[in-house]
Amino acid sequence: MIRLTDVHVRLGQREVLRGVTATLTERRVGVVGANGSGKSTLARLLNGLVLPSSGGVTVFGLDTRRHAARIRRGVGFLFTDPDAQIVMPTVAEDVAFSLRRKGLPREETERRVRETLERYGLAEHADHPAHHLSGGQKQLLALCSVLVLEPEILVMDEPTTLLDLRHSRQVAGVLRSLPQQVVVVTHDLPLLEDFDRVLVVDQGRIVADADPATAIGHYRKMMA
Amino acid sequence: MKGLTGAYVPGGSPLHRLPAGVKLAGLAVCCTALLLLRPPAALAVAAVVVAALYAVSGVGVTAAWAQVRPVRWFALALFGVQLVVADLSGAVSSTLRVVLAIALAGLVTLTTRTADLMAFLERCLAPARFAGLDPYRLSLLLSLTLRSVPVVAELATRVREAQRARGVERSPRAFAVPLVVGALRHADALGEALAARGLDD
Repeated sequence: MIRLTDVHVRLGQREVLRGVTATLTERRVGVVGANGSGKSTLARLLNGLVLPSSGGVTVFGLDTRRHAARIRRGVGFLFTDPDAQIVMPTVAEDVAFSLRRKGLPREETERRVRETLERYGLAEHADHPAHHLSGGQKQLLALCSVLVLEPEILVMDEPTTLLDLRHSRQVAGVLRSLPQQVVVVTHDLPLLEDFDRVLVVDQGRIVADADPATAIGHYRKMMA
Repeated sequence: MKGLTGAYVPGGSPLHRLPAGVKLAGLAVCCTALLLLRPPAALAVAAVVVAALYAVSGVGVTAAWAQVRPVRWFALALFGVQLVVADLSGAVSSTLRVVLAIALAGLVTLTTRTADLMAFLERCLAPARFAGLDPYRLSLLLSLTLRSVPVVAELATRVREAQRARGVERSPRAFAVPLVVGALRHADALGEALAARGLDD
């Protein structure tokens, strides 16, 4: 469970979030908003990458200010640009990098890496350099590296923005099959159709909070 | 670019199975031996040995050629200069020496996973702990460097394309500024991703 209480975030001179309060318990939560509305910052609050200037964020009942490390172990984060997220030269090594602190025996690490790559159709690329993958495959690899740790919550910041239709659909399919709570920031409105709840962010505030049809309707009217 | 990161060819040859440390030590010994070998005949034998090692590794001709190809012009120039300042046998041996050393080093990268090389380096760097350095971080730094080469190369291609589209391809500043800005932005994003993946936890 994620709880934000009157969160303000100031980055330099700019107040990016101005009093956000929300409790997120639903399994599928979408966040939409214009460029610069503060939605990416909102996503980064959920795993302690950004800390509130005032107000508070608790995840699993823990404050992100004091327990960022604990929270990050339970909250996976997928970025828009997989190139920034892939830190190891080859595919299997990048997934294994996620497991390095687990203290698993080498064979167990290899088994988990292989299983995860197989599940998302990257098994044949295990030993390939990450830069030989297509953009969509890179995003799947970034997702593998997050999911191999079996996080309880997954936060995604525009995961399909750089992908073609086929890979967006694949990511959407993966998203649907995940058992964990997922919070997705996106411009990809069809992705949110079967979500449980959608928040609309504008100028640092939540201006609508409803089921997808209502919230997206509001957003479309706002952007017209 | 590929020589740096795209080199590993999966396989089950004896060379693949050797520990990374043994291969690196072997490489050092062989390169020293190459330096000490004088007669061209001895170097010819060495060339046969290197070719045999490549055959054992089963990496294929394309991968083998890719290791030596980047230095072909350099080797040619070296041969030419040596021919002038020394003699034919000197030119043959010094050129062969350089090419064989590079081929051997390439063979190590072709048959060793980056992760295994990094793990070995991490063990070698363990004494750095006493100087207050974290060996894990040092080896991670090397991995990140390897990973960043293709990313920055791609960035450079994109910047060059953008310049060409705007017709300012001859300005070095118009190339350097966006490249540096892009690289710094990538560094920021990478730092954020490392934090999200629990590096500092």
